[in-house]
Amino acid sequence: MTFTQLRSVEAASTALATDGYLADRPLALAVHLAVVLEQPLLLEGEAGVGKTEVARALAACTGARLIRLQCHEGIDLHHAVYDWDYARQLLALRAAEHGVDEGELFSRRFLLRRPLLDALEHDGAVVLLIDEVDRADDEFEAFLLEFLSDFAVTIPELGTVTARHRPVVILTSNRTRELHDALKRRCLYHWIDYPAPEREREIVHARIPGMPEEIARRVVAAVGRLREHGDLYKLPGVGETLVWANALLALGDEGDLDETLGAALKVHEDVLRVRERKVLEGV
Amino acid sequence: MTARLGSLAAVLRAQGSRVGVGELLDAHRALAAIDCSSREDSRLALRTVLCSSRADLARFELAFAAVFGDGRPTGDGSPLDELGVIERTALPRVAIPGSASPLLAHEERMVVPAAWSDVELLREKDFAQYTDAEMALARELIARLARRGPMRVSRRTRPVRRRRGHMADLRRVVRASLRTGGEPVRRHWRAPSRRPRPVVLVCDVSGSMTPYARMLLQYLHASVAARRRVEAFAFGTRLTRITNELGGRDHDLALGRAAAAVADFSGGTRIGAALAELNRVHGRRVGRGAVVVVLSDGWDRGDPDLLETEMARLRRSAHRLVWLNPLAAHPDFEPLTRGMRAAVPHTDELLAGNSLASLEQLARILEEI
Repeated sequence: MTFTQLRSVEAASTALATDGYLADRPLALAVHLAVVLEQPLLLEGEAGVGKTEVARALAACTGARLIRLQCHEGIDLHHAVYDWDYARQLLALRAAEHGVDEGELFSRRFLLRRPLLDALEHDGAVVLLIDEVDRADDEFEAFLLEFLSDFAVTIPELGTVTARHRPVVILTSNRTRELHDALKRRCLYHWIDYPAPEREREIVHARIPGMPEEIARRVVAAVGRLREHGDLYKLPGVGETLVWANALLALGDEGDLDETLGAALKVHEDVLRVRERKVLEGV
Repeated sequence: MTARLGSLAAVLRAQGSRVGVGELLDAHRALAAIDCSSREDSRLALRTVLCSSRADLARFELAFAAVFGDGRPTGDGSPLDELGVIERTALPRVAIPGSASPLLAHEERMVVPAAWSDVELLREKDFAQYTDAEMALARELIARLARRGPMRVSRRTRPVRRRRGHMADLRRVVRASLRTGGEPVRRHWRAPSRRPRPVVLVCDVSGSMTPYARMLLQYLHASVAARRRVEAFAFGTRLTRITNELGGRDHDLALGRAAAAVADFSGGTRIGAALAELNRVHGRRVGRGAVVVVLSDGWDRGDPDLLETEMARLRRSAHRLVWLNPLAAHPDFEPLTRGMRAAVPHTDELLAGNSLASLEQLARILEEI
């Protein structure tokens, strides 16, 4: 399947499901629009609701190559687009007896390609995932803005590289800070919520083949209680639900929700509070 | 359809969303790409195109209902009109002419050039005793103080002259050795740069803080306007994020918007519950090395145990926790209120926060962090 086959919301939804990603209608529609309009899609949502997974599933079901740029504090052009292999350049300089021509030194031979350049030059369909863009700083965001409008970068020594195939771009943000308005305006936007219990059960079954219904039901009910409880510092996401279900499956008959609470809650106070108030009683 | 999309955009803009011509064109393309006959799909498609933050979603639903739905009325007029009497008195009114006679305004302007000594006097004066004219004088000083804030070392590097941080700038070394026949004769170095550290300001706007809240909110506004990575919250019985409301240059409009957003202005205080919400809902904004500044007198009518737990959590997730208490200016001050007793063990610094001098002290401490 290729991008051209995602020409309707239903097709997008079915395609994502083939790779085990069950998207609700608004999300499938957002993905569909991102493909059809060729516009970047900005996904926000609580931790562990499957923002990154969307890109992975989209790439897998369309056969496109997934190229991921993980943003971090201090990321700049040379982490994201290209850099020169300075060590090899220095070696080449010293090895040459009659000096080296500058053009030769700054040729493709010494170019290190980073994810964004890879995405532009890849011959074929690409899903470009720009993960946790809120970790990067304002300057990098300004660069992204330019990149996402032209899908071209200029390397002073080599010239301009333009995308062979315009990649489908998915950005994710954890909202540790507000992204710049200009960047947001260039993107389609979708907020991923926690799934409803029935949907979450389906997700457990889709992602973990052979999961007994009993375990899936218990874990989803337990996670629902924890989220509803609302008084936790960190609410468990879908990712935690899957880990928890896997843990219970691995333990078999000995599996106990309370003993495996660490699969879902990672803050000591949260674990204490849940035990003290007997939140999981009767699940 | 174009006309209706236009009016949808107009309603969205009236509510503060940013919808430009580009978004409108996208909306057209989006509608063309889907099955328009389904109202639900059209709504979802338009929402995807026209919203760019979570706050936009609610606005969009209102606007959509107004334009395509049963025509519910949308809020109109200035947010200031909806405020109660107490909120309006708590807001600075100095920039709004009217009450003062033109003659008086003229006199004030005459005073300003020779105001050096006035400013000196103002530094130590308690915010609660400020006149409107003094508030106007202080505004400029507050804005200057708000520009000072904490920095942190970034992983981004910048070229430096001398060797510091032991990072060779290979890019420039290669360039330079081209000129010396391939021999890296001249060395170049890079060192980590410094960036603003995130600051979270949490201001108490309950009844007991009213005399101070008007000046402290000015400080919040000036900080949001002057620095990057500043988050502002206000609380009485519950917490409200007012960063977006305080944005923008127009001082009185910003404070008016903020006051309208805070539902419990000049009401009771539940500091513990407010901090609990800060920890839970906004934990990610606090968590990454932010300096948290709480501005409150510590008169808490909530559960002191809750306050204690939440302060402990906040201290652990924040980089530094500073508490500004206007009552602490009094020489005999001891943290005896239930709230302060619970909170003080978990603060890194306890400052006064009742005068310009104390805000200056805050700025100094922030710079040293």
